[in-house]
Amino acid sequence: MEFFSSIWYAFPEALRTVIVILLQIVAVVIPLILVVAYTTYAERKVIGFMQGRLGPNRVGPRGLLQPFADTFKLLLKEVIIPTSSDRYLFLLAPILALAPAFAAWVVIPFSENMVLADINAGLLFVLALSSLGVYGIIIAGWASNSKYSMLSAMRIGAQMISYEIAMGFALGGVLMAANSLNLNDIVRAQSGSVFSWFVWPLFGLFIVYFISGVAETNRAPFDVAEGESEIVAGFHVEYSGIAFALFFLAEYANMIMISALTSIMFLGGWLSPFQGLDFLTSLPVLGVIFGNGIHWLGLKVAFFLLLYLWFRATFPRYRYDQIMRLGWKVLIPVTFVWIFFEIIAVAFGWQPWL
Amino acid sequence: MFEQILFYWFTAVLLFAAVGVVTLRNPVYAALSLILAFFTMTALWLLMEAEFLAIVLILVYVGAVMVLFLFVIMMLDLKSVGREGFIRYLPIGLGVAVMVALEMIMVLQRSNFASERYTPPAAAADFNNPEALGELLYTHYLYPFEIAAVILLVAVIAAILLTLRKRDAGDQAAKTQDIERQVRVKSEDRVRLVKMKSE
Repeated sequence: MEFFSSIWYAFPEALRTVIVILLQIVAVVIPLILVVAYTTYAERKVIGFMQGRLGPNRVGPRGLLQPFADTFKLLLKEVIIPTSSDRYLFLLAPILALAPAFAAWVVIPFSENMVLADINAGLLFVLALSSLGVYGIIIAGWASNSKYSMLSAMRIGAQMISYEIAMGFALGGVLMAANSLNLNDIVRAQSGSVFSWFVWPLFGLFIVYFISGVAETNRAPFDVAEGESEIVAGFHVEYSGIAFALFFLAEYANMIMISALTSIMFLGGWLSPFQGLDFLTSLPVLGVIFGNGIHWLGLKVAFFLLLYLWFRATFPRYRYDQIMRLGWKVLIPVTFVWIFFEIIAVAFGWQPWL
Repeated sequence: MFEQILFYWFTAVLLFAAVGVVTLRNPVYAALSLILAFFTMTALWLLMEAEFLAIVLILVYVGAVMVLFLFVIMMLDLKSVGREGFIRYLPIGLGVAVMVALEMIMVLQRSNFASERYTPPAAAADFNNPEALGELLYTHYLYPFEIAAVILLVAVIAAILLTLRKRDAGDQAAKTQDIERQVRVKSEDRVRLVKMKSE
């Protein structure tokens, strides 16, 4: 042990900082990629069951190894670069889509002390990074030099900017209620019992946030950007192999991100729903399960991911003008009204707000 | 030490990107270098512990304004735009450049901008940047802030009015949908069941 620590401190300090940061990145990204892999599996299984099918069941027991089979297939396939495409941007686009989707995870508090960067503007940081994800898609659409890709890029650009506004307002409501931009502080502000979670006083904002979250990740029913029946597959129609897989990785990482943020901001993140019930949390072994911790965050995230899949199996795709109408004429006014009343409630010090 | 390496790295990238904005021929590439310039600028601001401003710069300029910029550039076919008139406009351009450079030198040499006047105040470890900014904006600078907000609102309304056309004039009438009516439609309105003998 001493031998290792002597080697460790022999490194210059700058190098040590870099190594620690790299290890932290790996510690978040590897589990994230695994969760993404099994979300794709869950998606196929869940939608399969909803449609009276079995879903993947050939690779491994109950098809559990299917995501790995898919990954290896995509890794081994050739990345085809269309001749008349813009070569560099074509290859840069998947990376630009993926990087913000991963980077936003540094501020997510997994439990009380499990957060990589506990910065005091965490909420804004997440919002800023989620607005960067659109570049990967727009650049992919343009660089492919294909009409379908271009149409898709235009659609998603307008869609993401529109829904970001509703999303930002919903976050504004959370920020007023929690009195902080730090995500861990937002979770702590909801401690007490299930009834002090923000989902009750901010129910409208919760609904608006999740709907705009679905639209931001351009999942069904808001997936006009990849509408198979009209523009084939949209911005990634020209991509193959691992470049195509990176877009999907980004999309699923964003889905999990939105689910995690919704649980953190409205459902108390790592707080346990049994909080405040001391006879449960003080039990010898079960107390750990009933107490606060990362497993509650995981459960809440899983619930929202299930909602994503459920939406996809249930709703038909929106038409483009209907998406715009929903964003601008329904969701944004709802947040206006809700925030207006919240301002009054906060100004008069009513607890809980509204 | 580590911060200095980061500072020089980001400065180099920033200069590289800024030169790219004006020299690249492809307008999409130029817009992308502008985005890169904004992005590295935020990194520099982060190094100066102005994290709120840095994040807002990303949110507003990179996340929204530049997306719309790219949008317009990609929609227009600007590939055909060459460099004709480069020589013709060169004297004017050079004149403007010299003027700007002179002004900057004159301003920066005054003692008001001397670097010792702008050493960052030593902040406590728990100094909360957004909170401090918010407090200043909503107390000391409340009126300028509100006036700026109203000016922006006026600009929004003006932009909407400029694009708003009378849609109900004869042949020019635009086709619009009444979505409420579409939603309220029932099967009886659309489907007519006809009873007839088989032939």
